[in-house]
Amino acid sequence: MSTMIVPTERANVAPEPTTPWRPTRKNKSISSIVFLISVVLSAAIVLLTGLAGIDGFGLAFFAVFMAATIVRSFRLNQKNRKDAFVGVLIASAAVLAFFPWMSIFASVILKGVRGLQPNFLVENMQFTTPDDELNMGGAAHAIIGSMLMVSIAAAITLPLGILSGVYLTEIRGRLTFLVRFVVQSMSGVPSIVAGLFIYTTFVNYTDAFSGMAGALALAVLMLPTVARTAEEVLKLVPDDLRSASYALGARQWRTSLMVVLPTVRSGLMTAAILGVARVIGETAPLLLTSLSNNSFVFNPLGGPIGSLPTYVFGLLQIGTENSINRAWTGSLVLMIVVLILFTTARYIGGKDKR
Amino acid sequence: MSISPSVQATPEARELSVIFNRADRIFRRIVTAGALTSLILLGLIGTFLFVRSAQIFNDRGLKFITGSNWTAGSGDGIIPDDFSIGPMLTGTILVSVIALVISMPLAIGGALFVEFYATPKVRRVLTTLLDLAAAIPSLIFGIWGVVFFSSYGERWSDLLNSRFGWLPFIKVQNEVFGRSPFVAGCVLASLITPIITSVSREVFSRTPRDLVDTCYALGGTRWGAIKTVVLPFGKSGVIGGAMLGLGRALGETVAVYLLLNIVFRYNFRILESEGGNIASLIALKFGEATEYELKALVAAGFVLFLLTLVVNMVAASIVERSTRRR
Repeated sequence: MSTMIVPTERANVAPEPTTPWRPTRKNKSISSIVFLISVVLSAAIVLLTGLAGIDGFGLAFFAVFMAATIVRSFRLNQKNRKDAFVGVLIASAAVLAFFPWMSIFASVILKGVRGLQPNFLVENMQFTTPDDELNMGGAAHAIIGSMLMVSIAAAITLPLGILSGVYLTEIRGRLTFLVRFVVQSMSGVPSIVAGLFIYTTFVNYTDAFSGMAGALALAVLMLPTVARTAEEVLKLVPDDLRSASYALGARQWRTSLMVVLPTVRSGLMTAAILGVARVIGETAPLLLTSLSNNSFVFNPLGGPIGSLPTYVFGLLQIGTENSINRAWTGSLVLMIVVLILFTTARYIGGKDKR
Repeated sequence: MSISPSVQATPEARELSVIFNRADRIFRRIVTAGALTSLILLGLIGTFLFVRSAQIFNDRGLKFITGSNWTAGSGDGIIPDDFSIGPMLTGTILVSVIALVISMPLAIGGALFVEFYATPKVRRVLTTLLDLAAAIPSLIFGIWGVVFFSSYGERWSDLLNSRFGWLPFIKVQNEVFGRSPFVAGCVLASLITPIITSVSREVFSRTPRDLVDTCYALGGTRWGAIKTVVLPFGKSGVIGGAMLGLGRALGETVAVYLLLNIVFRYNFRILESEGGNIASLIALKFGEATEYELKALVAAGFVLFLLTLVVNMVAASIVERSTRRR
């Protein structure tokens, strides 16, 4: 009996996938020692020679580490030597590619946090000059203006974006290719062109800069993002679900409206959120449509209105110390908003897939 | 010899015919109308910009593109209006090309690193951060560029000038290195790198895993696998991503406005502190423009619109083709 069991047991044990090309522990420890030595050496170079600053250190480190890698790979064959060489190149390219936005995250947080006081979130700039101390005045008007415009834009874009997603996945009419192509190319319309378009139409006809105009310009920029995300999300709905609905006798409109769309409700929320994240920091179109304002405006048709991007932009151009500090704080708030939107989108989107 | 292939075991799948009733047809019409808004919108943007600026194209003709002056007239006709966008058009292309040249190797390297060199945990973190970085507003890149990066940019420019000053496009006339196309191009590069990286990473991650593992199994190195499998497979996707980045760089307003001295003169020396692009020209002149000048600005916007539309359509078709072939 036991002889019967052994082979089946053996058959049940699947071989573990191995990766013999991975570095061994000895190799790894040597690599980290080389890494540390390179750090120390390049620090010494920066201290003792003309090279300076973080860029000088980076350059020195790159040179030293590259030299070490080449020396280490002397005993390997040419193929592996090349691999080690390219590996260092790719890693340095990656560091260079990631450095700017790491630096941006860090500097926005470090410089912005000073001005992030309660007054920044509740007061406006009506009675404060940009040069005043940071405990006076705030960006509440700008935050409210941004919220107002972005919500109007989302309210306009979301239905249109969903409709075009439904068209691309459910109806699949003759224009499917064209619609997809146009949505793709429209996502590259420069933001300032969207602003100019609304300026030549809406602002010209109503004869006034307003929050509504700003919202329309943002809607133009938001539509492609929402439409594309909605399409991606709707594509994930399994065809079985549609077939089952048809088999139960439902018509296409019922299937789409009552089966397909409710299935991806949270995905569509993600689409809206990503759209908002795309436009919340847009400055250029607002410079041509909603201008800016130093006090609270709650009426989208009530003339120029403040917004976070134009607030930051305006302060940056004044250029005194306190105004630049305010601009950093504005950027920090902007970035926190984007971060929150993204985390929410990820959280909701992750729910859908499960 | 002649065995007739007429015997079929399974019948062909029956074609499902769908009969739409009135409710369906109304639904389809509404959805189609909704989907067509983006098409109509794109048409409207083009039409309105063109109609509003037709007078300029009529008055100035081709000189609007080739001329090199932007002078507002005195209004009484003593100094005539003279609007043309030549330097700004070349400036737009110059700055974008600098940005693209800098960011392409970095983006490809970054994408390869994330996909093939980083450990799974690091990869997940970097992918999330990358998506977030692609969503940082350009305004924040602008303020970072002005306050933080420009001192580095000046130092690098100085270095470049002293080492490679004999090259015609690097030579400068005045040794003031700030606010030059090079500095603006660097900041634009850091702005479009996350976009290109994230598109490239997406494409690289679709490389058939089997092929890569086969390469390793045959004794290939990591670089061997990348060179023979990953790069050929992802080439068109990367090109599409680069075009998307280029489209973004061509239309960038705020970062360029903050980082470049906008001067109306043809300038191809990348370290000279003068230049400009169409988008920043519009932002700069919009506030105090006369009615005729506004029309000229709209005309400039129309040219920019056409330029980016062409770039993006090419990008869209490349990306579309590369993802469909899969």
